[in-house]
Amino acid sequence: MATPILDKVEADSAASPYITVTLRIRRFNPEVSDEAQWQDFQISIDPKERVLDALHKVKWETDGTLTFRRSCAHGICGSDAMRINGKNRLACKTLIKDISPEKPITIEAIKGLTVLKDLVVDMEPFFQAYRDVMPFLITKGNEPTRERLQSAEDRERFDDTTKCILCAACTSSCPVFWNDGQYFGPAAIVNAHRFIFDSRDEGGEQRLEILNDRDGVWRCRTTFNCTDACPRGIEVTKAIQEVKRALITRRF
Amino acid sequence: MSTESSAAIGSVEGVSLYDVDHPAPVIEPPRKRTGKTPKGSRTNFEMYAWLFMRLSGIVLVVLVLGHLLIQLVLDGGVSKIGFAFVAGRWASPFWQVWDLAMLWLAMLHGANGLRTVINDYAERDNTRFWLKMLLYTATVFTVLLGTLVIFTFDPNIR
Repeated sequence: MATPILDKVEADSAASPYITVTLRIRRFNPEVSDEAQWQDFQISIDPKERVLDALHKVKWETDGTLTFRRSCAHGICGSDAMRINGKNRLACKTLIKDISPEKPITIEAIKGLTVLKDLVVDMEPFFQAYRDVMPFLITKGNEPTRERLQSAEDRERFDDTTKCILCAACTSSCPVFWNDGQYFGPAAIVNAHRFIFDSRDEGGEQRLEILNDRDGVWRCRTTFNCTDACPRGIEVTKAIQEVKRALITRRF
Repeated sequence: MSTESSAAIGSVEGVSLYDVDHPAPVIEPPRKRTGKTPKGSRTNFEMYAWLFMRLSGIVLVVLVLGHLLIQLVLDGGVSKIGFAFVAGRWASPFWQVWDLAMLWLAMLHGANGLRTVINDYAERDNTRFWLKMLLYTATVFTVLLGTLVIFTFDPNIR
């Protein structure tokens, strides 16, 4: 059975790219214990693979009870935001080689939201804040019979904030949000910004009024955690500052 | 609440406190947002507070640095400060206004800063309320007392 093809495979595996990586995962299962604890998994993986692949390897080959969210696995759906080595990232966009794999890689659920099991959190407060800023087109008058046209410059104005995938990496990296969940959080403000600065939208005044509130943009401390955390590279803090500026220039 | 329920489960289950039918309580984040979160107060107070912090900060840099320079560095430094020095300075309306502005701006700036700290860190509404009441009382007392002293200062007092 030693065909030339198999020989080639064996030769390749001799120069294996695989390295041994320790994943230190914060496990929580309310059906077993009321306390979370760190658990180490040793796996052999190509460092060019992603953290999500490592998690899959653990779940499929070592411990099927490991629980995490992922849907598209390609950085679009925003399901697998987690705290990797103390920083919020998407597991599907983080390569093993980029996060010093010689040391244990810590993986835990994003902070500021209720942990339901392992890496799964209750996203409801996050989405409630999203709903509260009315993230949909608001217009007055009759519906036009064709598309609502917009110039390229008008589109460019809010281009950055259209990239949001609602992964909650920014909101759950915000120290104000950790301490007080009533704060809207960066993600909701980014999605309000997307419509406030849209030339086709006429509900900007309502949204600004909502964000002018006690729990709105004025609670931002510009720590830039959100900008650092955003896997889409949105300049989140800048968007929040633009909403602040719009609020001030509206009044004076 | 959590200790009570876990004790109740423990007596039923024996060894393991938690199982599928009796999951452990999860840790809720402080003051999480729900559908019942009250809608905005529709005032501009937070905006004015935010603006005040920026503007008073700029003015305070000038006022406080000038104050420190005069008190501690120029013309003999700290050793010259005495009752006569203060009396001499407060004889001029310019220094009265300077000190008054510094007192008001610094106290309100600091009080507003502490108010945001309390808003950020106090989890229970009761704690929040009483800490703020303490803060406001202290602020009003200090500002009024300082203003009273500046306006009624009598250099001939014995």
